[in-house]
Amino acid sequence: MSLAIASQLSASGRPDFRRLIVQRRDEILAAWVKEQLKEARSESLPADELRAQGDEFLTLIADPADSDSILDANAEAWAPARAFLADLSRTRARQGFSPSETASFVFALKRPLFAMLRAEFADDAEQLGTEIWRATELLDQLGLLTMEEYQRGREEVIHRQQQEMLELSTPVVTLWDGVLALPMIGTLDSARTQIVMETLLQRIVETGASIAIIDITGVPTVDTMTAQHLLKTVTATRLMGAECIISGIRPQIAQTIVHLGVDLGDVTTKATLADAFRVALSRTGRMVTAATSAGDGA
Amino acid sequence: MSAERIPILRMGSYLLVTIQVDMYDQLAMMLQDDLAHAIGQEESRGLLIDISALEIVDSFIGRMIANTAAICRVLDAETVIVGMQPAVAITLVELGLSLSGVHTALDVGRGMALLERAAARHT
Repeated sequence: MSLAIASQLSASGRPDFRRLIVQRRDEILAAWVKEQLKEARSESLPADELRAQGDEFLTLIADPADSDSILDANAEAWAPARAFLADLSRTRARQGFSPSETASFVFALKRPLFAMLRAEFADDAEQLGTEIWRATELLDQLGLLTMEEYQRGREEVIHRQQQEMLELSTPVVTLWDGVLALPMIGTLDSARTQIVMETLLQRIVETGASIAIIDITGVPTVDTMTAQHLLKTVTATRLMGAECIISGIRPQIAQTIVHLGVDLGDVTTKATLADAFRVALSRTGRMVTAATSAGDGA
Repeated sequence: MSAERIPILRMGSYLLVTIQVDMYDQLAMMLQDDLAHAIGQEESRGLLIDISALEIVDSFIGRMIANTAAICRVLDAETVIVGMQPAVAITLVELGLSLSGVHTALDVGRGMALLERAAARHT
């Protein structure tokens, strides 16, 4: 007798929409999966995977017994549910789902749940209103959490790609014994130039190269900042005891440099990498000549 | 202050200085004094400073290097700095010290060759 009362008390302490979830779980799950399939694009997740995810989420929703924190999705009791949603939205972000497709996982639960609540409280409008509000509040918080995690997942992807681009875009190649070349591609900002400068100087120490060619054919625009960065790199190279040649300056960039009033000083500049290479060879006391058999065509 | 001094080696008509310890201001000033005296006494044609072991510079040391080179030029000697570390080079550039009057080389061998070429031009 006393046991029955106790369980009744604890049951009444919980919001009723969660009691409904526990009691009519299979029904809700089926309706929820159907709802998601209706909204989703054709190539999205298969029904059984949605069912498995939904099943796990319903367990997590039904689980927290602490009645104080029940409506606050940030409470300690919801930590497993939050972790599950975080994992889910990151996975979906990686799989290329759109934000609304990801968020609809939680929001699609509303329709079947509310339909069920309406049936349950058909004769008590006030109770119905309260329950719907409570369920909405909780599900909205969880939905927003999904969005935040989705966003975070995307930001991680962007950050990783930026990192990869930084590494990819600063290769230092050895053109010849003692001649290094640094083909620069893309816009030069402070962070990139710093990395470029460090890699170049490091390679000069490693190889003992006496000439470095910076080729800016792939740099779309040059402003005062970029020119400043280039000059710094050239000066640092000279301080280490190597020479620097800048090549691949396109006509419009040459115009910009002059119009900006940037003084390239006594920096050696060449129009093409080939010209710069020729200068580098002659400064290291070498030259390229045609092989004798190539010219006579025999 | 400690009595330690950075040794100045004489190699023919050139002076060779290798900085193996952390430079503090007092040491740098003493070195500058000693160098000015040595060049005056020995009538050296050139000065080679190896800073490959120097890992940290500040604006004072940077200026001291530039000043030493300027003093040498007044005393008719060429200065070559060799073996500057990348981090040191970047720091000097960021400090706005481009050491424009100073020759630089990657290592001592190339530095000596550079000094000899400069001295040959001179005579």
